[in-house]
Amino acid sequence: MGKLYKILKYFFITFWAVFVVAPFLWALTTSFKDFNSVNGGATYIPWVDFEPKLEGWRVLIKSPANGGVDIIEPYFNSLFVTCTASLISIILGTLSAYALSRFTFKAGFVKNNDITFFFISQRIMPPIVLSIPFFLFLGAINLLDSLIGLIVVYIVLLMPIAVWIMVDFFNKVPREIDETALIDGCNPYQAFFKVVLPNSIPGLIVAGMFCIIFGWIDFFFAFILTFTEVQLLPVKIVALNSSITPWWSLSASALISVAPLIIVAFVVERYLSKGNLSGAIK
Amino acid sequence: MNLVAENLSYKPDEQFHLNEVSFDFKKGNIYTILGRTLSGKTTLLKTIAGLLTPDTGAMQFEDKDFLKVPVWERNIAMVYQQFINYPHLNVFENVAFPLKQRKVDDQVIADEVTKSLKSVGLEGYENRKIQELSGGQQQRVSLARSLVKNAKILLLDEPLVNLDYKLREQLREEFKNIFSQGLSEDSIVVFSTTDPREAMEINGEVIVLDEGKVLQVGPAKEIFENPKTLKVAEISNDPPMNILKAFIETNKIKFEEIEVELPDHLSNLKEKNFNLGIRASDIILSDSGFEFEVELAEISGSETLLHLKRGNARIITSIEEVLNFNIHDKVKINFNSNKVYAFNEDGVLASSPFGGSYV
Repeated sequence: MGKLYKILKYFFITFWAVFVVAPFLWALTTSFKDFNSVNGGATYIPWVDFEPKLEGWRVLIKSPANGGVDIIEPYFNSLFVTCTASLISIILGTLSAYALSRFTFKAGFVKNNDITFFFISQRIMPPIVLSIPFFLFLGAINLLDSLIGLIVVYIVLLMPIAVWIMVDFFNKVPREIDETALIDGCNPYQAFFKVVLPNSIPGLIVAGMFCIIFGWIDFFFAFILTFTEVQLLPVKIVALNSSITPWWSLSASALISVAPLIIVAFVVERYLSKGNLSGAIK
Repeated sequence: MNLVAENLSYKPDEQFHLNEVSFDFKKGNIYTILGRTLSGKTTLLKTIAGLLTPDTGAMQFEDKDFLKVPVWERNIAMVYQQFINYPHLNVFENVAFPLKQRKVDDQVIADEVTKSLKSVGLEGYENRKIQELSGGQQQRVSLARSLVKNAKILLLDEPLVNLDYKLREQLREEFKNIFSQGLSEDSIVVFSTTDPREAMEINGEVIVLDEGKVLQVGPAKEIFENPKTLKVAEISNDPPMNILKAFIETNKIKFEEIEVELPDHLSNLKEKNFNLGIRASDIILSDSGFEFEVELAEISGSETLLHLKRGNARIITSIEEVLNFNIHDKVKINFNSNKVYAFNEDGVLASSPFGGSYV
């Protein structure tokens, strides 16, 4: 029984690892191929099956004048927009979530749950519905095709996620911790920053992770709200496509664009397993 | 100079959590709030702490309108029934937190924290994480944190209730020591509990609270000997005092075809019908007694609790030894009539074996 369990366990772990890693390896090998190696049937091992070429990667950094696509600027645009929007969303979202979790609001029939739902409801509509108002709105304030305009839109899209996750998280942090902080001489702001926030790091990390992922992978709004001045990575990658699909440079750009998320995942995993709230209340 | 409250009421929903509560707490004393769960004990403590604002009423402390002072300026300490500590800090930092908040000198903090941890028996645990401690140790950390402040008002909200039996005994003993030595003349301790034994043991002034209302105030001994009403008798006895409908006829107390000798202290009872109160411990097994049927027998520690039935009368008796009974067994019991209480039909104490009467 024990042995069979062990065998099965390792079998499935191996299976899953292969399942997850294989596409990346495939993309990695493809990125070093040229037209002939891609179209000449399935080949996997460099130097044996095919001759590795750096062309797929070179195209990404060459300027368009030299026949490249130059994804460096869009890459940093994407990093900047995603990080700034995520950071602002987390700050605003955490503050609103704390307020929604700890204080009672009432305006007519609108109560805390309704406000929370209002935030989440921003995500119910399909993006296409939001695109027209966003376009008109950004046009009106002259922020179309600009980094700031994109950041504003992404905050609207990301903050509901932050609020949603953090409300749920704060609801699980015992209120008595805040009360104890007040009793120990903290005013409400100190109680939040000195006691509640340090104990909310796991929640902040999860919320931050979701914000970064959703911001980073967005194609639709980046596509609709920018033209020539500013471009984000997902749009630029799609622009690689021409009459011939350049699988080699597509693979290369896919790998670079997924890299930040992989780094985020590793960092987050470290923190998530460390922090927990046990010991606050038993 | 005292902590004085007048007519505090708090009614957040249909029910009163506090109903016209008044008290006068003097410095250097311990006050025990005795009441069942949901009687308003925690609400009262939170109101004193400033975490809740009552709907009506006034509270003064040191010549200040206490209700206007925000929590963080009140110089109070509170221990919750759940073990509340700061999980992101270690034991030392937890205890030091209130002092750091006051910007006390680091050296003084170190001395005070060490002293405080020593008083709760946790020296050597300074660098432990809170999560690594047992429940009892966690509760001691929060006790140490509340002692280190030297607060003028120390609030303890059922601090022993979530601990196991052994630890509770031990910590209760420590509480008594801390209260008797460590308590400064300048501070007020308010201790809330559901356990009448705890209230008796702490032996301070007891406030009996029920449904947000103060039923009786007095020294622990007085509450035990002369409970003002049936309700107080119920709350201040564990197991609750047995109450039986009885009447007096020809110098006998009669109920359920049982006749008991009329004790002296009941001889000048004005009314014929009354509620007879008798503690579980004042009922004894006796072969010459009256026959009852066992409904339930529970062994608790070194005593046996018998739930008995005879006609419409249901009583609980505690016997100071471990005995095995089966359900539906017949047992014979006798009543120690010198220890019985009489409450009139409105539930007010008419006569107690200790001479009290509120009629």
